[in-house]
Amino acid sequence: MEKEILLTIKNLTVKYKTDDGIAEAVNNISFQLHKGETLGLVGETGAGKTTTGLSILRLLPERTAEITEGEIIFKGENLLDIPKNEMSVIRGKQISMIFQDPMTSLNPVYTVGSQIEESIFLHNRDLTNPQIKEKADEMLELVGITPERRDDYPHQFSGGMKQRVVIAMALACDPELVIADEPTTALDVTIQAQVLRMMDELKRKYGTSMIMITHDFGVVAKTCDTVAVVYAGEIIEYGTVQDIFEDDKHHPYTTGLFHSLPNMNQDTERLQPIEGLMPDPMALPAGCKFHTRCPHCFDKCKTVLPQDIDFNGHMIKCHLYSKEV
Amino acid sequence: MEPFIKTVGLKKYFKTPSGQLHAVDNVNLEIARGTTLGVVGESGCGKSTLGRTILNLLPATGGQIYFEGEDITKPSKKRLFALRKEMQIIFQDPYASLDPRMSIREIISEPLIVYKEVKGQALYDRVSELMDTVGIARRMENYFPHELDGGRRQRIGVARALALNPKFIVCDEPVSALDVSIQAQILNLLMDLQKERKLTYMFITHDLSVVKHISDEIAVMYLGECVEKAPKEELFKNPKHPYTQALLNAILEADLKTSLAEKSIIEGEVTSPINPKPGCRFASRCKYCMEECLSDNILLEECGKNHFVACIKAQE
Repeated sequence: MEKEILLTIKNLTVKYKTDDGIAEAVNNISFQLHKGETLGLVGETGAGKTTTGLSILRLLPERTAEITEGEIIFKGENLLDIPKNEMSVIRGKQISMIFQDPMTSLNPVYTVGSQIEESIFLHNRDLTNPQIKEKADEMLELVGITPERRDDYPHQFSGGMKQRVVIAMALACDPELVIADEPTTALDVTIQAQVLRMMDELKRKYGTSMIMITHDFGVVAKTCDTVAVVYAGEIIEYGTVQDIFEDDKHHPYTTGLFHSLPNMNQDTERLQPIEGLMPDPMALPAGCKFHTRCPHCFDKCKTVLPQDIDFNGHMIKCHLYSKEV
Repeated sequence: MEPFIKTVGLKKYFKTPSGQLHAVDNVNLEIARGTTLGVVGESGCGKSTLGRTILNLLPATGGQIYFEGEDITKPSKKRLFALRKEMQIIFQDPYASLDPRMSIREIISEPLIVYKEVKGQALYDRVSELMDTVGIARRMENYFPHELDGGRRQRIGVARALALNPKFIVCDEPVSALDVSIQAQILNLLMDLQKERKLTYMFITHDLSVVKHISDEIAVMYLGECVEKAPKEELFKNPKHPYTQALLNAILEADLKTSLAEKSIIEGEVTSPINPKPGCRFASRCKYCMEECLSDNILLEECGKNHFVACIKAQE
């Protein structure tokens, strides 16, 4: 059975203008998201994960960021073409976002109840006040907070509880797509597991699709269906979780990341870090962007940008594999 | 053999408007020379306070700290000054722990100047040597912290801690602000330095996979108390305290063997450390909680070779 496609991103390119030059944050990213599935965007700081997420909602800073190329097709409509005021109807209603830091993404001077009500009110103008209140209470209950706490302010909640409130806000209008930007990075391990499990249950219950932005392979393994590994603004490897965690073929960067992680199940004397640093987005190297740190680099890598090599849907952007196919 | 660092009933309380905050309560630890003690726990469990109290950066409320057999709980000013040379700290946030108005060379020289160790050309050479040791290119000596990435900044934090050739270093979450590939570089550096210089570490972290990698022994903390202490193999193979079990269960492994739904995840959150009730502090989240757990404070007791646990059920 062919799965329904909810979101298609084609050749998305985002640049930031800065005083020192142009930062190439996202370079030619393409992916598809099926209905009800979770896609993981995984990579290190500055890889362009959050920029990709913000582009979908058109929340990039207007004065510095520019989408120079590409299409973001959501349910058959290119989000980059529709007028601003129509975008605010989609934002929060059909696509919503969970931000990384629950300490800063809530407004400290409003009660959590009223913050959840706001998006319900804005997107459902026909509802009466008691109905909105009821819906907000329902949302709080859904994320495991008793509705009696609706009149509390964010500072009265712990980090994990705040993130639950943020999730309640994001889900309040039954969105079809939720973009979660490092939703559990600021939380403790036991709380992280609680919150992720709750998100997983809600996702299944409502058939919501999700883009999970994270740097943590553990989170990816436990929550995602498909995975895109991002490096210097490019997707260098894409596949199902099985492809990424169980296949032997990988991009050297993905392999490097796995070797950098201390393994819980076996003892390693020494970790094998990836040498060097991520390239500066203002001065990206020619050819493969990873070639400066790659242990397998050969001449072609330094000049020619590698294409996606397709192994039955498992894509790897690396010259090492072009010989094989 | 005399333990290198030893704490006996160490306490650190803070006064708050709503009462006494028991940040560190009755902690007994020993660290052998040249080994690493990993201290794990969630935010607010007192692991950083413990590190700072041992270093005398915070005065202890009660209990004793021994350094090579000497009681250093309330040292004289002069003795403390001398002790600082032996014990150093690497801080969590490499963005906040370096003075933004000092160059790399100035930051690393500062301890050497304060202690009048060397000066002139010898000072210059010592700093260059330290920069080589931690892998910072000498051409960067005049850079300021804001010009460097997190990994390099943390290397400077390490160089500064090493400047006076200390014997003991408290590493307070030194890699949690870094990306995984950089984190691995810093962990390797710390382990190499330990081997070369026979350093003793107290490694504070919330990341269980990191602590497993770097430690010899591990102490698990919950709300100011050490609830379990064991050699790392033993702790991971045979965790006795329900909280340790919950922590290990909450790890998200980077593999597909178990799903989130299959994991047994602990409910509830850490309770307040202000004026804690007597009894086990984990009781409100513990599925094995019995009446006895709520009456008396539960102390660490040996339940296996070098394996200590503070739990009535596990001790039986």
